Amino acid sequence: MLQKARTENADTPQAPSGQLVLTLAGICKSFPGVRALSDVSLELYPGTVTALIGENGAGKSTLVKILTGIYQPDEGTIRLGGREVFFATAYDAHRAGITAIHQETVLFDELSVAENIFLGHAPRTRLGLIDRARMNREAGTVLERIGAAIDPQARLRDLGIASKHLVAIARALSVDARIVIMDEPTAALSHKEIEELYELIERLKAEGKAILFISHKFDEIFRIADRYTVFRDGECVGAGLISKTNHDALVRLMVGRPVGQIFPKRKAEIGPAVLTVSGYSHPTEFADIGFELRRGEILGFYGLVGAGRSELMQALFGITKPSRGAVRIDGEVAVIRSPAEAIRRGIVYVPEERGRQGAIAGLPIFQNVTLPSLSRTTRHGFLRLAEEFKLAREYTSRLDLRAASLDQDVGTLSGGNQQKVVIAKWLATAPKVIILDEPTKGIDIGSKAAVHAFMSELVAAGLSIIMVSSEIPEILGMSDRVIVMREGRIAAEFAREGLDAETLVRAAAGIAGEMPPMPDASTPAPLQGP
Amino acid sequence: MSETTQRFIPDRLESRWTSLLKSWETLLVAVAVFVFVVNALSSPYFLNAWNLSDATFNFTEKAMIAMAMALLIIAGEIDLSVAAIIALASTAMGLALQYGAGTPELVLVGLFVGLACGAFNGWLVTGFGLPSIVVTIGTMSLFRGIAYIILGDQAFTGYPADFAWFGQGYVWWVISFELVLFALVALFFGVLLHCTGFGRQVYAIGNNPTGALFSGVRVARVKFVLFLMTGLMSGLAAICLTARLGSTRPSIAFAWELEVVTMVVLGGVNILGGSGSIPGVFIAAIIMGLVTFGFGLANVPGIVMSIFTGLLLIAVIGAPILWHRLRGEKTLP
Repeated sequence: MLQKARTENADTPQAPSGQLVLTLAGICKSFPGVRALSDVSLELYPGTVTALIGENGAGKSTLVKILTGIYQPDEGTIRLGGREVFFATAYDAHRAGITAIHQETVLFDELSVAENIFLGHAPRTRLGLIDRARMNREAGTVLERIGAAIDPQARLRDLGIASKHLVAIARALSVDARIVIMDEPTAALSHKEIEELYELIERLKAEGKAILFISHKFDEIFRIADRYTVFRDGECVGAGLISKTNHDALVRLMVGRPVGQIFPKRKAEIGPAVLTVSGYSHPTEFADIGFELRRGEILGFYGLVGAGRSELMQALFGITKPSRGAVRIDGEVAVIRSPAEAIRRGIVYVPEERGRQGAIAGLPIFQNVTLPSLSRTTRHGFLRLAEEFKLAREYTSRLDLRAASLDQDVGTLSGGNQQKVVIAKWLATAPKVIILDEPTKGIDIGSKAAVHAFMSELVAAGLSIIMVSSEIPEILGMSDRVIVMREGRIAAEFAREGLDAETLVRAAAGIAGEMPPMPDASTPAPLQGP
Repeated sequence: MSETTQRFIPDRLESRWTSLLKSWETLLVAVAVFVFVVNALSSPYFLNAWNLSDATFNFTEKAMIAMAMALLIIAGEIDLSVAAIIALASTAMGLALQYGAGTPELVLVGLFVGLACGAFNGWLVTGFGLPSIVVTIGTMSLFRGIAYIILGDQAFTGYPADFAWFGQGYVWWVISFELVLFALVALFFGVLLHCTGFGRQVYAIGNNPTGALFSGVRVARVKFVLFLMTGLMSGLAAICLTARLGSTRPSIAFAWELEVVTMVVLGGVNILGGSGSIPGVFIAAIIMGLVTFGFGLANVPGIVMSIFTGLLLIAVIGAPILWHRLRGEKTLP
């Protein structure tokens, strides 16, 4: 009863215009060893966009899965238009008018647009066959409604990524949905497409749909949402009207403390060169790369997607084979043909694709951490579990990992905690150079700050970091030097001081105009003009 | 102390004994006991040391291969050519016999052919990145095809008497050489999989080959070694089987790959890779042996045994999935 009173308190002061469509109350959901949601409540109103905010692992995805019938809550009630409902399957939720647009929607390349939109609920003729004419007509209507000029009979594979996204939205709207869930819908969209999406959301609002909008981007939330609900550690910590809150207040709710500086100031002594790369080339991905990384330095690599940054890093890590060029570690020539050799030489790589390349789901946390360090935790090839747990504990505790036990399957952790396991795994090898490929992509603001603070700690301890990032604030905030790559080549190199976003973007895009001269003469520059 | 961490994360939530009790292996032991009791009650000849000893010959050769196959399947690969390797190795031993080879040479030839066939499979899979199921279906026909070309409808016979010891000899009382060999092989692979860094890498590869590669595991090398070992075990099985039968026909060990894979899967190894244990496969081998023997005592025709094996394979692949469903867990999101 006490909880109920609290929930009402949180919301009644800002009485919304419309009447409730959906109410969740006292929802609890546990997984083995983890309490994903405890006593969570949520209200959605017609014609209103409610933003769901929270760090990775706060329980947002679990809630979406409960709303769409993929998970069933352990406790609590879901009311739809005042009537209590129970979704045993995803189909039940679908029929109740709840539809979700995910970040990465599953569509079928070989089917037509109309078939994609109506897959599973296509209109039928009396004989039970699919009524193509009606399906194409209705698909046209739905597409028109969202303002998408797409031929319903076109094959999906012939469409661009943005059009595909619109098809996904049309699919979600083809059922007469009352509640639309959007899970980071803008993650894969360009600026212009995002604007179009906003317009679409406005239109849906006007139609009286209740929208649950999940996003990490605050500008987006303030632009489009009317209400907000904040989750932290599986609990509902605040809700209300967007117009009555501000950026800082939301961040505080989200992380439970004020986030001071996202990019912490740090003082690391820059020492001699640790890694020297010269004339490094690959048949197709990059050419004539030369740079130097010094002890205690963070070297940023900026560039557009496809500039060859990840490919270069993977070559340094021994995944792909370069055609020419030399790598020196501490002045000694190093030929690296495999990740195993790279690790032995002290170079490690935290990949961009966490799920596929980073964590090994199915293995417990401690085994993930010790995998590259087995030569140290084994004796004559035999495992020593006590050593493994010791090593795993040492490094995971430094990163403040949150897990039920070290024996827990990594696959059951949230994205942010998986990233912590991956980083712990590499630190346990005691590397000299750590390459971070988009280290904070898709990570919430709290974890981001933690990763950045940790990077500062590492360089202070004498490590060197190469950071590949597409986020300009991160590049500007964290790097000592920045190398910009374009079309597989080094386009420019800058020192941190006096560098601004515009200069970076110009260099990355190769916009005509004179390249600024090297601002710091003391920086060793193996740079030939572009 | 305050520096350590605010949240203490325990090593494990439940003791290893608790998890052992809830494991598939425990269930298998119960099944083995059940089959044993049923056999003992239904046939008066079952509870006889010599008869039981005979029963072990039903599975020891296949089970040796199953041990190596278990590691291969855990690593996400498979070798369907194992029975064909037996045929080729046995044929090669027969040929060597024609050229006057003695027992030591015969053994070496058998092991060498097995190793070479395994190397060929491993080379095709790791060197060219081909899927092992396709490669080994191909080499299955290839290896046995060579045996047929060499032998036609003939058979090699006349193996030396001391060679027969590998398939018919007893180490002590009713304990056959094959049984001892199988126990040693099982011990070797059990230790290799569960107690060494190599075994850990096998699990890592099976769960996520890309992730394993990015963690510094030499994925191709590990897989190649696993194919080598499976080939070697097939060669070893070829020696035992040839010695036991005293002859080589090209149809020797026909369709054994099915039974080997069944043993491995019954033992709790995930057919998609990533999990499983040697003790599980060990008990599964004994169960298969007991069932075959029981059927034999009851005069059940061989074709029924084959039907049983097929149904068992489907059941053990289906059972874990149904088990998870019954417990309300979703296998995939």
